[in-house]
Order: sequence, then C-alpha cells, then structure tokens
Amino acid sequence: MAQVALDAVTKSWTEVPAVKSVSFVVPEGQLVAILGPSGCGKSTLLRLIAGLEEPTSGRIEIAGRDVTGLPPSERRIAMVFQSYALFPHLSVAENIVFGLKVRRVGRAEREQRLAKVADIVELAPYLDRKPAQLSGGQRQRVALARAIIAEQPVCLMDEPLSNLDAQLRHEMRVEIRALQQRLGMTMVYVTHDQTEAMTMADTVILMKGGSIEQLGPPAALYERPETTFVASFVGAPPMNLVPDGDVTRGIRPEHVRLGPGGAGDVARRGTVASVEYLGADTIVSVSQGEHGRIAARLAGATTLKTGDMLDLHWSPAQESLFDRAGRRIARRTPELAV
Amino acid sequence: MTGIRNTVHAWLLVLPACVLLATFTHIPIVTTFIQSLYSTAKPRRPARFVGLENYEAMLADPIFWKSLWNNLIYAGVSVPISVALAIVMALFVNGKLRGRGFLRLAYFTPTVLPMIAVANIWLFFYNPQYGLVDQFLKPFGISGVNWLGSQDTALWCLIVVAIWKEAGFFMIFYLAALQQISPDLREAASIEGAGRWTFFWRVTFPLLMPTTLFVLVNAVINAFRLVDHIFVMTAGGPDNATSVLLFQIYIVGFKFFDQAYAATLTIVLLALLALLAIGQFLLADKRVHYQ
Repeated sequence: MAQVALDAVTKSWTEVPAVKSVSFVVPEGQLVAILGPSGCGKSTLLRLIAGLEEPTSGRIEIAGRDVTGLPPSERRIAMVFQSYALFPHLSVAENIVFGLKVRRVGRAEREQRLAKVADIVELAPYLDRKPAQLSGGQRQRVALARAIIAEQPVCLMDEPLSNLDAQLRHEMRVEIRALQQRLGMTMVYVTHDQTEAMTMADTVILMKGGSIEQLGPPAALYERPETTFVASFVGAPPMNLVPDGDVTRGIRPEHVRLGPGGAGDVARRGTVASVEYLGADTIVSVSQGEHGRIAARLAGATTLKTGDMLDLHWSPAQESLFDRAGRRIARRTPELAV
Repeated sequence: MTGIRNTVHAWLLVLPACVLLATFTHIPIVTTFIQSLYSTAKPRRPARFVGLENYEAMLADPIFWKSLWNNLIYAGVSVPISVALAIVMALFVNGKLRGRGFLRLAYFTPTVLPMIAVANIWLFFYNPQYGLVDQFLKPFGISGVNWLGSQDTALWCLIVVAIWKEAGFFMIFYLAALQQISPDLREAASIEGAGRWTFFWRVTFPLLMPTTLFVLVNAVINAFRLVDHIFVMTAGGPDNATSVLLFQIYIVGFKFFDQAYAATLTIVLLALLALLAIGQFLLADKRVHYQ
C-alpha cells in the first residue's frame, strides 16, 4: 500500500513555481530519497508533505487519507529537521516525549515508550542532559528518537546528516537505514548528497528546477541516467559526457580502459591533466582540448604522470547516448538489464 | 616581571570604571549611610551622632508608611501588568502582519517621550471637565470624576501612566528575544500536535525567561525610580495618596532640608531594592534557562 502519494503537486510563491506538478508514490516500509542540488525544490516538497506549506494545486495522500488541507498535526507524520529543532530548555527525555505529552499519552505508557526508544538510539545514559550538553551526533539521535517514539506511519527527514562530520555521517547513514528497515518505517528522505541517496534509498527521486528529473532505484539512476543532468549529478566522479556530432556519449569512468582498443570500440586520445590517487583506485583525467576531459578509473596506483599522451577506449555497449536536448536515446541493449 | 606588569596594566584599564563607580555610586552610598546616623546640621548646631534615632523616627512616621505602602502597590500592580503587556505586544508584532514596522514604532513611542511631556498629556486626559477619559466615559453615565483629585483614584491613575510608559520599552527586549527563537521549533511542535497556547507555555515562555528576569529587575527598579510624573500630575497628593518613597525623599531632602532623615529614607530604599533584586535572582535562577 502506498503510504505517501503525491498527485500533480505544484507550489508557487511567485510566477516561477518552486515545485512543478510532482507526482510519485512511496510504498509502505520503503525509504525514498529526494535528491537534488540546492534550490531544486526538494525541501519545499518535503514541507508540502509535512503540511508546513500549502500546495498551490494537487493532492497529497498519507496512509490512504487525503491530507491536502489538513494541518501538520493531523497528517500522522514525524519529522527530523536539518537543525534538529530540539527544545533547548528541555532535557533529552522531555524533548523525546514532548509530542506524547502534548497528545496526552498516559505517564506509564510514555515512560515505557521512552525507555524503549532511548534503548534503540542508545541515549539511555543521557536522558537528563540538555541538548547543549550533547555532541552533534547525540543531538541527531535525540531528533531521531523524537520521530521514532511518535510511531507515525510516515517519517520525513530534511537533510538530517548535513550538520555532521564525514565520519559520523557515514555511521549515521548505516544506522538510520538499519533502523528504518528494522522498524519497517516509511521514510521520505531529502538530501543534496548523492552518496546518502544512493546508499540508503530503495528509490531515488532526482529533482531539478522543481520537477522530477528521474525516479527509480539507485542502480537505474547510476546505470541508465535519463538525462545528462542525472548522468553528471550521480556518481563520484560523475559520468563522462563526450560530445560526438549530434549525440553526447556518456561513459562511467570505471568503463574507460587504457590503450587504443579494438574494432567497434570508441577510442579517444589526449594528455593526462591530473592523477588522483584514492588508495583502492586512481582517477586519471585526460584532457581532450576543447572537447573537455575524460576521467578513467584505474585499479590501484599508476605510473602515469601529468602531461603523458594517452589512448583511451570503451565498449559502446556500456555507454549511454544522449540527444542534443540532453535526453537519453533508447538503444537496443537487452544485455543491460536493470 | 611580566606578571607584575600585566597586573598593573589590568588595574590601569579598570581604573576609569572604578573611579566613576566609586565617585558616583559607592562613596555616596557609604556617606549617605553615615549621614543617616547623624542629626541634620543646622546653622548654630553642627551634626552630631545620634545612632539609630533617625530610623526610630522613620518607623513612627505615618507618611513614611503611607509612601512605602503606595510604592508597593505601585510596583506590585504596574510591574506584572506592564511585563505581561510587553509579552503580548511583542508576540503580536513578531507575527506576520501588515504594517508591523509601524506598530512596533507606535508601541515604542511612549518610551521615547520625556516623562514630563507625557505627564502633561495625561494631565489633560484625566481632566474632570473636558479630559479624554471623561469624554470616553460620558456615554456610560460616568462624568465629572476628579481622577487625580480623589484619594481613591489618584494612585491608580499614576499606575496607568507608568504601565503605558514602560510596556513599550520592555516589548523591545521581548521582541529581540522572540527573534532568537528558531522557527523550526514552532514547526517541530506543530507536527507533534502542539497548538499556539501549548507552544507558548511549553516552549516560548520558558525560552523568554532570561529576558523576563532582566525585564523584571529593571521594571522593579523603575517602579521605585520613576517619579517625574508625580511632580507634574499630583505632587504627591491628595493627602499623600500618591507619595512614593523616592518622591518623599525629595520632599524631605530638598523641601524640608532634613538631610539626615532623607539619607535614612534613601538607605531604606536602597536596601529594599537590593533585597528585591537578590530575591528575583535567587528565585529565577533555578527556572531560567540560558542558551
């Protein structure tokens, strides 16, 4: 059953809409990531689902009910804010049970649910502290606990990890995903970080300029980008976009090989512009003059140096072709099953 | 060596402040206290040590008790009302409404006006024949009341002026504090199901506590300090109905030239204010959350 369903939702403050006729469904127990650069309307979309903004037109359903005109409190959602939105004067425990108190849940049940949730997010030793006495990661857990304890059918996350350092972000990514799967939560997760979206989500919605650019499982976005925008947004480094007459050839750096290649291969020649050693592999960027650069991912270290002339090739079966408008050209590639 | 030099530098830096504070605050307090233990010097009879005699005289002085009582009513009524009004006005002009800049200015105007000018305006408001209050109440059958001339109403009239004058000033502090509260908190609370009322009492009000403490201390001090309008409007009358401590100190010191007794009253006023301030800090300290 779809827990969240949007039907042609549009939001505009000025003449340029921030969200343009967006429709999608989130099946129960799934994590859907809304991904996109800043200003693409992803946060507005989440706020529309939360009821913090009213759509200009369209329909929003949560857990089978039309909630388009309902206030946030009646939408049966929980939300984690980018700033965590913890109440600074309340202890961790009071912050977590704030919603239960407001909704007049009995003391005994409150205590019981608090103990359970504090255990899940490993906050039990810190329940008496104030948010100011916690580290960034712990505050994040309090925000998470507040969302979990509500036991609402849908949980909304607004860039929840963007205030954490890289190490902690990785840990929390794994943890949130594990938690979401263990508790069977339905989650809508907004992020600008493609790694978060790709590693955590069942479905990724990539947005650009207020509309959905592509919607699908992470592997589909990576392997079969529908537009050059998707190709260049997803992946680190992103897909190489090599202009070739009327079309643009898209090829992932890991599919680019050294050497002149054989018959039927696409071949290019250029000078090494940069060599980035990453440990397990090395990214070699080859300059093509005015045709831009092609990045190749090579296993391990390399003896290549900046300025070396280099032959590159790849198999056309592994490339994505785009037309002048940047749209994917359908190909007969049955071997590329997704 | 550098240690000593640092110390000398430090003292030199705080010296101007120390000198000013000592000259205009600490030394006057000490000399006032000493003066309160002496009799008032007369041309033929120098001041002599009288111990606590001035204080005994004060305790037997019905005007002192009247002034103290008036002052307590004045503070007890004007402080809570002006602070509550300040919060309400701040919440109001903090919201999204048209012309809020103008409203903020309007609320703040009484603070900018000199008290003497304000008192003269209110003097006209309270006029029993053609005053604004009289005009306003005429349709309800109330007319010709000598608001400032009656013992029953004079003090209350002054309290209204004080509230009107003070609330806008305190509003500015609350407005500044309200703008420090992240809008995310309101949104988080609204998702949790908290309405405006719950949000105010469970989140906004507690977060305003440091401001409330600051405003309360200032409001109490002002309630004992602000006497300008009494001179213009009632001169302490009728029959000391609007006499408050500071007003009485002025009368005793500069009209009766009884400096020793004025010093005694001053010490009592200072002690009272100190006690109130300490009390407020102790009481509030446990309940105030500083971010």
